[in-house]
Amino acid sequence: MKKRSPIIGIVFWSLISLLTLFPIYWLFVISVKPAVQLFSTPELILSDPFWGNYAKVWGDRLLRSYMLNSVIISTGNAVLCTVLGFFACYALSRFNMSGKESIFFWTITNRMAPPAVFLLPLFLLMTQVYAVGDWNLLDTRIGMILVYCTFNLPFAIWTLRPTVDGIPKELDEAAYVDGASAWKVITEVVFPLCRPGLAVTLILTWVFAWNEYLLAATLTNFNARTLTTGLSEYVTSTGTEWGIMATISVFTLIPALIVFGLVQKHIVAGLTFGAVKG
Amino acid sequence: MQSKRLGWILLAPTLVILFFFGVLPFIYVVYVSFHQWNPFAVNPEMVFNGADNFRQIVFDPAFLNSIGVTVMFVFFAVLSELILGYVLAQAFMRDFPGKAIFRTIHTLPLIMAPIIVGSVWKLMTTPSIGIIPKFLDEWFGITMNIGTSAPAAFATVVIMDIWHWTPLVTLTLIAALVSLPPDPFEQAQIDGANKRQIFWHITLPMIAPAVVATVFIRLMDALRTVDEVWMLTGGGPGSATRFVGVHIFKEVFPKTNYGYGSTISVIVLYLTIVVCWLLYVTMLAPRSKKD
Repeated sequence: MKKRSPIIGIVFWSLISLLTLFPIYWLFVISVKPAVQLFSTPELILSDPFWGNYAKVWGDRLLRSYMLNSVIISTGNAVLCTVLGFFACYALSRFNMSGKESIFFWTITNRMAPPAVFLLPLFLLMTQVYAVGDWNLLDTRIGMILVYCTFNLPFAIWTLRPTVDGIPKELDEAAYVDGASAWKVITEVVFPLCRPGLAVTLILTWVFAWNEYLLAATLTNFNARTLTTGLSEYVTSTGTEWGIMATISVFTLIPALIVFGLVQKHIVAGLTFGAVKG
Repeated sequence: MQSKRLGWILLAPTLVILFFFGVLPFIYVVYVSFHQWNPFAVNPEMVFNGADNFRQIVFDPAFLNSIGVTVMFVFFAVLSELILGYVLAQAFMRDFPGKAIFRTIHTLPLIMAPIIVGSVWKLMTTPSIGIIPKFLDEWFGITMNIGTSAPAAFATVVIMDIWHWTPLVTLTLIAALVSLPPDPFEQAQIDGANKRQIFWHITLPMIAPAVVATVFIRLMDALRTVDEVWMLTGGGPGSATRFVGVHIFKEVFPKTNYGYGSTISVIVLYLTIVVCWLLYVTMLAPRSKKD
């Protein structure tokens, strides 16, 4: 094939990037406008930025605690789902259990459930069934970590399966012959080899948990409230404070951006959704 | 093969968590779907009404309409995402300066929360304060009002979805393209096949499982979308963007018709599982069993 000029590629990608970045740029524009200017005629170019919204959001202690909750819940959930998903995939891949393919498919059906009606049963279970004395799971971080497993754990299993399947069984067997215990084989032989797949699973489940809104809005009140639900508190009957909302949105983007940037190069290597067998 | 017991031990935590947070709520929803119930009333009482809800659903124009709108939405959005995602994935297979930066930029929408995406697109498209209607009006003389025009609202939701989820499709297809063996392509070129023949007879069949898997994930997520669309259009105008997820949400919360909402959920979940199961057994399972 003849070599193309790199200019075409750069022009093409610059255009695509412009389209991709525009809504994010617009979010930023909204966040640096005072409330009065919001309803004037929109201008494409930013002039005279107003940092009041940022000062207000940064100074809000409540939002900082929401941010901390978000970090703890999404990190806890992502780690839990990745580890349990890895164990599940190892079991499904290496053992000849009856009905394992049905179990594999069944896990993903948990992700298909339309969320709206599942809010109430989860609320009832968490307040009345999963309770010890006065303490119950509602509005706790551990509760949210477990609830998020309903959509993230199946996703983790489906993302990790091809990676685990791709590690040759001969490696496990060789380690067993050398006298290693099952635990050692799993944690010291197979686990390190799955690193690209694990990294992708970790980051995507993290992002899904970080961005979840509907469940968090219903199942938390105060103690475990996350940043995305903090957003909706600015949609009130007296009107939405779009400026503040956009500012919080920018704040939710930053940690996601950092986490995503860290593992960017692993993403492609591990993302095959059970589709591609190397 | 070692003892199966270890396998079950490894699988147990997953099964336990999914049972307590997935299966139990589901059983409850199935139970409620046979009742008429408004849990938000002063005196919430469940009234058993047998299969009435299920009978009602078959002739419910609002439900059938939401299914129709959802199918159209999935069709337009997922098809565009696949075509665009494939073009971009192919473009990423070449080397060019700044590739890593462009790829990072391209994946940015993925990390945004649906509720934020919905808000931003609302702010961009709301007449008089949005930038897009303003420029459409100034440059092309087109009036765009997503609050009153059904096609405009529908198109905006589709474009928003394409913007948000094409990166995921691109990443999946890059992963598929990277893992393709080079031999068939070299052979085809030696045999004098042109680009179109190579695409239809070699590339496409080989990446078909990745394409199906992508459709699978997107279909599943499109059926349960609520926050993004709720934020942007609230399901309107009329019922133009009232997808099943939004429809159920409206039935349960503003209309407080919990029993009927549960029935719709059970039916929708059933339909989703059937469609995904068919996709899975025909396209994905045979391939992963081959080795």
